[in-house]
Amino acid sequence: MSNLAYDAAHLLGALVLMMSFALLYQRRLSALLNAFTLQAVALAAAAAWQGYAQHSHHLFITAVLTLVLKAVVMPVALRRIVVKLNIERTIEPALSIGLTMVAGVSLVTLSILLVMPVTEDATALTREDLALSLSVVLLGLLMMISRRNAVSQVVGFMSIENGLILAAIGVAGMPMIVEMSIAFSVMVAFIVFGIFLFHIRERFDTLDVQKIESFRGESQ
Amino acid sequence: MPRTAQRSGLWKKRGNTNVAVFACIRARNVPYLFHLHFLRFGAMAFAGVAILCLLLLSVLGMPAARWKGGDGVVYGGTGAVCAALTLWAALRLAGGGVDEVVLPLGLPWLPAHLRADALSAFFLMVVNFTGATASLYGWGYGRAHHAVHGPKPGPVLPLYPLFLAGMNLVLLANDAFVFLVSWEFMSLASWLLVLANHREEGTARAARIYLIMAGFGTACLLLAFGLLAGTHGDYSFAAIRTHTPTALAGALGVGLMLLGAGSKAGLVPLHIWLPLAHPAAPSHVSALMSGVMTKVAVYAIVRVTFDLLGEPAWWWGGVMLVAGSVTAVMGILYALMQDDLKRLLAYSTVENIGVIIIALGMALVFKAAHVPVIAALALSAALLHIVNHSLFKSLLFFGAGAVLASTGTRDLGRMGGLIHTMPVTAFLMLVGAAAISSLPPLNGFVGEWLLFQAILNGPTLPQWILKILIALVGAAVALAAALAGACFVRAYGTAFLGRARSVAASGAREVNWAMRVAMAVPALLCVVLGVMPTPLLRLVEPATRLLVEAGPFDGRAYQPWFWLAPTSAVGNSYNGLVFLVVIAAVSAVLGLAIHRWASDRVRRSIAWGCGFDEPDPAGVTQYTPSSFGQPIRRAFGATVFRARDTVDMPEPGDVRPARLTVRWSDPAWVWLADPVVRLVNAAADRVNEIQFLTIRRYLSLMFFALVALLVLVAVLQQWS
Repeated sequence: MSNLAYDAAHLLGALVLMMSFALLYQRRLSALLNAFTLQAVALAAAAAWQGYAQHSHHLFITAVLTLVLKAVVMPVALRRIVVKLNIERTIEPALSIGLTMVAGVSLVTLSILLVMPVTEDATALTREDLALSLSVVLLGLLMMISRRNAVSQVVGFMSIENGLILAAIGVAGMPMIVEMSIAFSVMVAFIVFGIFLFHIRERFDTLDVQKIESFRGESQ
Repeated sequence: MPRTAQRSGLWKKRGNTNVAVFACIRARNVPYLFHLHFLRFGAMAFAGVAILCLLLLSVLGMPAARWKGGDGVVYGGTGAVCAALTLWAALRLAGGGVDEVVLPLGLPWLPAHLRADALSAFFLMVVNFTGATASLYGWGYGRAHHAVHGPKPGPVLPLYPLFLAGMNLVLLANDAFVFLVSWEFMSLASWLLVLANHREEGTARAARIYLIMAGFGTACLLLAFGLLAGTHGDYSFAAIRTHTPTALAGALGVGLMLLGAGSKAGLVPLHIWLPLAHPAAPSHVSALMSGVMTKVAVYAIVRVTFDLLGEPAWWWGGVMLVAGSVTAVMGILYALMQDDLKRLLAYSTVENIGVIIIALGMALVFKAAHVPVIAALALSAALLHIVNHSLFKSLLFFGAGAVLASTGTRDLGRMGGLIHTMPVTAFLMLVGAAAISSLPPLNGFVGEWLLFQAILNGPTLPQWILKILIALVGAAVALAAALAGACFVRAYGTAFLGRARSVAASGAREVNWAMRVAMAVPALLCVVLGVMPTPLLRLVEPATRLLVEAGPFDGRAYQPWFWLAPTSAVGNSYNGLVFLVVIAAVSAVLGLAIHRWASDRVRRSIAWGCGFDEPDPAGVTQYTPSSFGQPIRRAFGATVFRARDTVDMPEPGDVRPARLTVRWSDPAWVWLADPVVRLVNAAADRVNEIQFLTIRRYLSLMFFALVALLVLVAVLQQWS
């Protein structure tokens, strides 16, 4: 049983990480949102499995919350924004795929190197989970800095949140309130970003951050 | 719960050592001191209530500025509290013993520790005595200022008690946190007091430089305490005392302490703020800043080097000797170049701090060489000079304030002849000037005499470098003392003697009674302490015993109260009464003789007339302050300050006046402050570019910083 619990959790966590890689090389916004939805589903599955394996029922709530908010509400809302702003087919320049993958793999190596020696006393499950979630956080950050479009930056930000939740569910005995607060913070961030995007669009007629920068008063 | 239990256990233990220390001091102490056991109970409560009163007075000061007589309430209250604290501190010093209290204030894991031992009591006595006279003077000064210059300057009333409360708290602090908070309290309150005359030209710049230097000093102190506390994380002084830091940490700590407290005390070249800020404040505040706040900085140095760090290394004293010598000589050379009376006094403070630091350095050197009696002698000289300087420097600042209040100027070149219009002030200033020039039988002489007794013991030290250094230091102290004499002859002569150099000076009036009394009290003490220094030295003996475990009189069997014969290899002694009698007799004989024989023929002429007997309202035919300073300016200033005199002499037949211009540059600014300012500006320009990046660049900066730190952690883990 414990072997199965470990293997399944490992698999689901690795799936979340895989989706982070998938996020990194998407060039179209709709494909990006699809990948994000898949990541959220994988995360929800991971949470549900952990809830079953650790016998902690509140993790099911987390799973449901993740599924509803991140796999359904947010992708749908973001897709509506994309459609409304008519940037569905925008191809945005990212770093070259090879380079991004190399950077991503080195970040994952770094997090494994970091987490493994620190957590020697912890269970294998916790260790793997922490390494995976740190990788997801770092890849999200990498995505935020390698993209120019504001929507993909929002997606990068939310994948960072996914990494945090992955860390939170991997550790046994994490109180419920943490997940609630994380979910709410994502919610707030989503609302803020949504309003922000519409305002930017209204004002400047573009979502390209590079173009918006020229409107800043202080830069020349 | 275990936390409280531990604390109460600690408290109990402290209580025991406390009693032990008390008993030991009592047993060793000279029998005629008062044994006021009852004072130990609630002693700290008294100090706490007094400081609370000061804070309340500060709150009261805000509306009091608008009431009629409100200034009297605030100054009167502050003066009364200070007088009570002075008395309390003197009795505690006499009674000995250590009182501690832990208040549940401050950070959750670090309650406020307060402690009063002999050293604190001594400095409390000095601070609060000057605080009391300055309160009386400030009351009179405010009135005089009001009468002459119309409405009062900025808010002094609420800040004045706050400043005193800050200084008192620094002296009572028993952990680094309380110490630093009170230190900043003191700095900021005095900074605001400097800004009281903010409409005057140059005050804003002085205050800005003061704020920068105060920030620098506190940063140094913060690092110093961090180093001293080490990795234990316990910032109470008791913990620092028990954990001796490593040699490197101790050395760095002492260096940072000298930088931090030295910048507040005015060690050259960190003195640059002092001659700007001290004169800019109202005169009673100037007296407090110059006479007392610098002593609080000296207290910090003493507390750390003598008490907290335990056994000293000899080179600490060596560093202090060098720093003190440079400060003493440079300070008085600066003072000789000044035409502004209050700025001259501020530079003279720099000189006196140098002398005090030299005395402390001597004490450290002898303590490290395990010659405690000579260390006690040097330490007594330092403590005596601290008392003396607080007395005569406050007196001189009060006098300068009196001149400022009645003539409206601080420029020596616009004074002159004030002895005729302000006789009482002139006489009291004469006492102060003679005392600061260390003339016997006044107190300045006794302090320097004691210091020289310690210096003469220098050859008994084991290190050759110290033997040579101390000889040089002795020469520096002698040079500084002689130059101080010249400086104050110049200042007093141009301000009070001769003829008036401006209309304002000729129309000056004597100041009101409060200011005169406030000047008379320190002047009287200057004479009393000069004639009979031994009782004061006996009084401060517990402090020297606490720090170097010896008294200056140990090993001398015969030691009456009117005779000062400290233990030393040279065996000199001083009797102020003999000096007083001899000097009085010689003066009387000389005065009579001059009166009787020097001028047989009556010849009336204007003093300093240079052959012109016509009335000369501008007084231009007499010595000016710059002409008086010219010989010394030529001898020393030409090299040190690159001083140059240029004379613009009109051609014969031209009616415009000839003009002498003196140009000089301040080496501390040229070599230290200006380059630092340029460096900071250049760095700020570079950093400014970071303010104008794109959002993605900011995110990238964060990302790369994070990754770099993570890589660092990973590499370090592999390493270990």
